Amino acid sequence: MTTATHYLPASRRWAWLANPTLRRFMRHKLAVLGVVMITVLILACVFGPYLLHYNDLSIDIRNRFAPPFTGNHYLGTDALGRDTAARLLNAGRISLMVGFCAMLISIVIGTLIGVIAGYYRGWVGAGLMRFVDAFLSFPSVFLVLVLAAFTKPSPMMITLIIAVTSWMEISRIVEAEIRSLRERDFTLAARMIGASNRWIMFRELMPNAIGPIIVAATLTIANAILLEAYISFLGYGIQPPLPSWGNMLNAAQQYLGKAPWLAIIPGLAITLAVTSFNFIGDGLRDALDGRSDLK
Amino acid sequence: MNADEKIAVAHLNVAFRKGAGYVPVVHDINFTIGAGETMALVGESGSGKSVTSLAIMKLLAEAPKTRIDGSAIVADRHGAPIDLVAMGEQQMRHVRGNRVAMIFQEPLTSLNPVHRVGDQIAEAIRFHQSLSKADARARALALLEQVGIPEPVKRLDCYPHELSGGMRQRVMIAIALAMEPDVLIADEPTTALDVTVQAQILDLLRNLQKKNGMAILFITHNFGVVAEIADRVMVMYAGRIVEQGSVSQVLSSPRMPYTRGLLAAVPRFEQAGLAQGELGTIAGFVPDPSTPPSGCAFHPRCGYSIAGRCDQQAPVLEEIEMGHQLRCVRWRELATEQEGAR
Amino acid sequence: MPNYILNRLGQSAVVLVLVSLIGFMVLNLAPGGPMSQFALNPGMSQAELDRIAEQLGLKRPLLVQYIDWFSHLFVGDWGHSFRDGRPVLSVIAGHLPATLLLMGTSTLLSIVIGTWVGVLGAVRRYSVFDTLATVGAMVALSIPTFWFGLVAIFFFSLHLGWLPAGNMYTIGDQSLGDYAIHLVLPVLVLALVNVAIWSRYMRSATLDVIDQDFVRTARAKGVPYRRVLTHHVIRNALLPMITLAGLQIPTILGGALVTETVFTWPGMGRLFLDSLGYSDYPVIMGILMFSAVLVLLGNLLADLLIGVADPRVRLA
Repeated sequence: MTTATHYLPASRRWAWLANPTLRRFMRHKLAVLGVVMITVLILACVFGPYLLHYNDLSIDIRNRFAPPFTGNHYLGTDALGRDTAARLLNAGRISLMVGFCAMLISIVIGTLIGVIAGYYRGWVGAGLMRFVDAFLSFPSVFLVLVLAAFTKPSPMMITLIIAVTSWMEISRIVEAEIRSLRERDFTLAARMIGASNRWIMFRELMPNAIGPIIVAATLTIANAILLEAYISFLGYGIQPPLPSWGNMLNAAQQYLGKAPWLAIIPGLAITLAVTSFNFIGDGLRDALDGRSDLK
Repeated sequence: MNADEKIAVAHLNVAFRKGAGYVPVVHDINFTIGAGETMALVGESGSGKSVTSLAIMKLLAEAPKTRIDGSAIVADRHGAPIDLVAMGEQQMRHVRGNRVAMIFQEPLTSLNPVHRVGDQIAEAIRFHQSLSKADARARALALLEQVGIPEPVKRLDCYPHELSGGMRQRVMIAIALAMEPDVLIADEPTTALDVTVQAQILDLLRNLQKKNGMAILFITHNFGVVAEIADRVMVMYAGRIVEQGSVSQVLSSPRMPYTRGLLAAVPRFEQAGLAQGELGTIAGFVPDPSTPPSGCAFHPRCGYSIAGRCDQQAPVLEEIEMGHQLRCVRWRELATEQEGAR
Repeated sequence: MPNYILNRLGQSAVVLVLVSLIGFMVLNLAPGGPMSQFALNPGMSQAELDRIAEQLGLKRPLLVQYIDWFSHLFVGDWGHSFRDGRPVLSVIAGHLPATLLLMGTSTLLSIVIGTWVGVLGAVRRYSVFDTLATVGAMVALSIPTFWFGLVAIFFFSLHLGWLPAGNMYTIGDQSLGDYAIHLVLPVLVLALVNVAIWSRYMRSATLDVIDQDFVRTARAKGVPYRRVLTHHVIRNALLPMITLAGLQIPTILGGALVTETVFTWPGMGRLFLDSLGYSDYPVIMGILMFSAVLVLLGNLLADLLIGVADPRVRLA
């Protein structure tokens, strides 16, 4: 498709703007707000550190516990005099990155298992779904902590662990979707022309399930960010000196009375990021639903 | 409304809110139904027949989402006339199920799946009359017998999904008749049932009507049912009554092209003037209420419409013979054509 | 109904076995595995370690080890804590009531408030209340519970001094009032997320039911609107909520862990974290398995409840 567009008149190139799903999404005010919020946040985390006066590592003991708006420390300083804003944005890079990558991995795992379980039904399908049920029986927080305590706490490992405990919801959604799509006529048509099982699963059925997968993806990122924050808060996640929103909160805990902004600000950042993804996910769900809003 | 009439509807208009304004969906409906009389309301889907009945029962969305004008007069327990259109929700709830009752099309989904049938009938009674649980239950039992349900004692404690479609509809009728209402509105009650069950339900309704003299407004799109059960019939199109009269008048000599089209679409063994096996249809679709055609609402689909007349004047309801009313500007010419063709 | 129960029991049994398999896999992932107690002891020679491993049965095939471990679990022998040697189950049992108190109170509160908010939002769809409630719920879902706990402590405890900053009771004063006042903040913090989830699902379930024909029938019968809501709408909307409640148990358990951390609440979550710090693997595994079993039981209970509450299921 992309190769052909530059042969077409310019107006065709913008045809995607009229896509009904996009239109429906744009009508959802909260979702658009979510997109704006997360874009601002990402831009801030990526470019912000270059624009600030301080970097996140410079220790300045004389200026420790400076409240927000002291001189050029827009968000104040922490126990070691480090600029909170700089730490916050750098931490954001890591927290958001971990969340995003964890989501990607869990989408891959979850979709794979969901498609196979939904297509094959019978013993395979039921067995896989029971396996998913078993995994879901463990509160994810418990599982993540156990795995984190058992392994080396690098960002890579954390991402993997979060992914391993987040794929179940997606596989459930995908399995349900595939199971219903399987009964439709186009599946029958594909079998009739002799398509292989693998083809049907991944080229016919899965693309039709993209909608719910995308919605699940946004909600998974939201959850992943929360999980990373929690285990870093407990000390089992991202280790200092690497900053993450979670471990900033850990450090802030003991100074809650003296310097409350150290605790409040990273939490606000987390809330902002997660809220954006939840809004976007909600908007996507309505947009991809295809049915008009019946009042 | 005189003593003989059970319900008198005058100038009923219903409009739905769309954006900043209102779209009229039902225009100027007038009819009365007498004691023991059955009036059929016929039309395609989208003609406004269900909206009319729901408006009378005030079961549409609340104002300001809908606007109802006009009057619908029934008698209260003491015989005094009350106007349903003017009534507030609190008063309406004393009328519903009590003076005016309604039964619906889908008996499976019309009954609450988690409550027993006997309880649902008793509920219809206990909110209008203070009866003890035992008395209400006894009445429910009597009602089940009245509507012809076998083994009524067992059935009282059944759940809706344990009964067949026909039996569920009988239960709906029992619920509707629990307080011996003056008026029964039946919104396509037999459409979802087998033909044999349909015949039983129609029989039942006729017998019950003979016993308690209630007026029935029977909504349907099936002329066979009309012929079986109705005394008079109203044909609706695009929210207006286009033909109204006794069943014999309308069915044997329909004048309005729409009615004739509808009747021609009923499958029969021999059809005069049509090739064997060919079913008459009316081309086109029911108009969108927010963009009505100019002049006569039916003219885009009418085989007899004449440019310059049918698309300019909106026809009014005219009385063409005793008790038979019609909404068409060309009915006189068409009548002579018909006479000529015979 | 008997068929239904048997079916559900069978499924639960299968899941239980799978749960134990996963648990066993996790157990063996621990650095040093079941041997960890000794592995870090430099005084032991390899030969001694091997001998102990042999004694503990760790040289046997994995499958045999698994069956052995599982059968021990089944009879109630969950091992002994590395810290004080007490049986794991009794250690857990000691901390369980605190967690149950927290979870139970919080869940009850969330259900009551969530149902009220959800139903009201559905009945007054798109009103100011509904919009606020929907947006509010989405934001509440996004707030990290532990952060909310910290903020709550800062505000209500450090700043205003109204409520205690942690623990279940004050030493010396263990009156009912003391317990109650210590319960307030943790319960509210834990309830936040649950109220949000519950109200959203309740709103959606109510909307589904309110459009159904039998609600129209009830109104046509002349039933007062209030009773239509309680007796017909909510009664039916609660059915899918029962399943939801079961599915929410893992989330609530996780939330309880988080809350217990911030409020130093002496429950299972606190125990779990302490054990993590001490590498007390038997207790860690014990709690992991225990919570999974709790979840399974909870779901089974929910399914049975549905069987009782929904006659369509009961008489299938």
